[in-house]
Amino acid sequence: MTHAVALESVRCEYGAVTAVDGVDLAIDSGEFFTLLGPSGSGKTTCLRLIGGFVLPSSGRVLIEGRDLTDAPPYARPVNTVFQDYALFPHMNVRDNVAYGLMVRGVERTERHRRAAQMLELVRLPGVGERRPAELSGGQRQRVALARALINEPRVLLLDEPLGALDLKLREQMQAELKALQRRLAITFLFVTHDQHEALSMSDRVGVMNRGRLEQVGTPREVYETPATRFVAEFVGAANLLEGDVARRYADGARCALLRPERIRLGAAGGARAFGDVVDSQYFGSFVRLRVQVDGANLAVDLGAGAGSPPSNGAQVHLHWDSSAIHRLEGA
Amino acid sequence: MTAASLRLGISDTLYRRRGLLVLLLLVPPMLWVGAVYVGSLMALLANSLFRLDHFTGQVVREVGFGNFVALLEGANLDVMLRTVTMALLVTVACIALALPVAWTMARYASGPKKALLYLAVMLPLWSSYLVRLYAWKLLLAKEGAINWVLAQLHLGWVIEGLLALPVVGGHSLSFSPLGTFLVFVYLWLPFMILPVLAALERVPVSLVEASGDLGAHPVTTFWRVVFPLAVPGIAAGSIFTFSLTLGDYIVPGVIGDSSMFIGQVVSLQQGTAGNVPLAAALSLVPIAVIALFLWGAKRLGAFDAL
Repeated sequence: MTHAVALESVRCEYGAVTAVDGVDLAIDSGEFFTLLGPSGSGKTTCLRLIGGFVLPSSGRVLIEGRDLTDAPPYARPVNTVFQDYALFPHMNVRDNVAYGLMVRGVERTERHRRAAQMLELVRLPGVGERRPAELSGGQRQRVALARALINEPRVLLLDEPLGALDLKLREQMQAELKALQRRLAITFLFVTHDQHEALSMSDRVGVMNRGRLEQVGTPREVYETPATRFVAEFVGAANLLEGDVARRYADGARCALLRPERIRLGAAGGARAFGDVVDSQYFGSFVRLRVQVDGANLAVDLGAGAGSPPSNGAQVHLHWDSSAIHRLEGA
Repeated sequence: MTAASLRLGISDTLYRRRGLLVLLLLVPPMLWVGAVYVGSLMALLANSLFRLDHFTGQVVREVGFGNFVALLEGANLDVMLRTVTMALLVTVACIALALPVAWTMARYASGPKKALLYLAVMLPLWSSYLVRLYAWKLLLAKEGAINWVLAQLHLGWVIEGLLALPVVGGHSLSFSPLGTFLVFVYLWLPFMILPVLAALERVPVSLVEASGDLGAHPVTTFWRVVFPLAVPGIAAGSIFTFSLTLGDYIVPGVIGDSSMFIGQVVSLQQGTAGNVPLAAALSLVPIAVIALFLWGAKRLGAFDAL
């Protein structure tokens, strides 16, 4: 089976900077794939390589099995939702959405009909006559989405499309994007630095750091069994146990991960560790304690139902299942 | 009251009364514009309605439209048509030359390279217009550098052919309308490049990428995205190139055949001929043409993207 998108040992250098440093990636048809990483990790460059806005220094870019490494953007069966939306300010919303049809020579009434359909699809009917500047951020984002989808691309590239929206709107758009992707059954390649977004929306996640793919897997794999130290720390909150601490608490591993929510407070009997609470932070749905145990400072998340948390200075006993320890051997 | 507290008092008053501040800021320029500029325009308008007594050489202050009727006479009409055509052609040529330069500067140049390009565009403005004009006279002369270089390249026939053309041709480049055109384009080009550059600098790269992403060939992207967004700059630059050409009376006198431009006729009429009323009527022509030009540009949507 051919992949929707494949990158083969792709490198991309800007002068002395290596933005993408040997990435191999295969994205299946109909998949919601997310590239997750901090800024400067090369995730956006990967997207731009697929869109054709930058060309790789070496390696190949395949779309639907065709080698399109050096093809210009207009010759690629992919469309992009840009981070700043990139709506044409001198056209109204309808002409923006219909732009992809216009440049392909689709005649006017048909263009307008399809543009209206697309605006319907993104739940923004009746704004066709307005200028982009008259719309809110969330509406502009929907227009950008409709414009990118009108050409029925095989792959939709989304470059941090929700970054400029406030939290409530962002969560709503996440759900809508996911639903839209299922309905249209096209491949979504989503770029974000927001781990919640990546985990909640994706079929698979690729975590990037310094131009390299650190791990590719389902959200659960990436969160629960991170391949590297970087992934463990970047995705979610993490207690990294190292050296003596790791040997003591993680069966002699060199480095191990223990998620804060896997630790419980309990009786002295059978406890894995004990220590003093040095700090606590309230997050609404949970409370994060910092517990100073012998040689390490552990984050412990207590769910809202766990009663009132111990005060600072109190001694607590920590329990966890042995399955909560994930050894990071490669790191 | 000490000086410091007085100063504080003044700044407090100005801060509380914004209107007063605006008034203070605007009075000197308004006096200038109002009295000097609008005043002289009104004087011009008034003069254009008077007439010259050809026997006494005195201006007769009687209101009439004789001067404007005189404008429609063959020779005057020729002068106006020639000047407006030249101004239009110069403007079009400046647009065609400025777009690629401005696009390169906005899109591909940065740091020292950009500074160098800015310098190249601005440098001609540092020296006198007359000096540059006579430099061009030398360059374009029959024995001049351009002819010499082309002759060495065995391309002398190109110039010969161009000069043999009716209307634009002539004895040599420096004595032909073609030469006048070349020099006008050279002189006003910076006034087109700078506003077009300012407009293009404001076009985000992502708009160009989005157009390509949606399937548009670069040529389509230029006409559908880049050009419309450059139009406010082109309109601003066109006002410069168009009005500067319309009003100029030195260039066609130094370089070109003996046919007259509006500016030259105005200069002749109010100087040697002493017919100030006719000169005034003639100088209203560029104003009217520019007004028409701006109205047309607005109708075509040149300022919609602002």
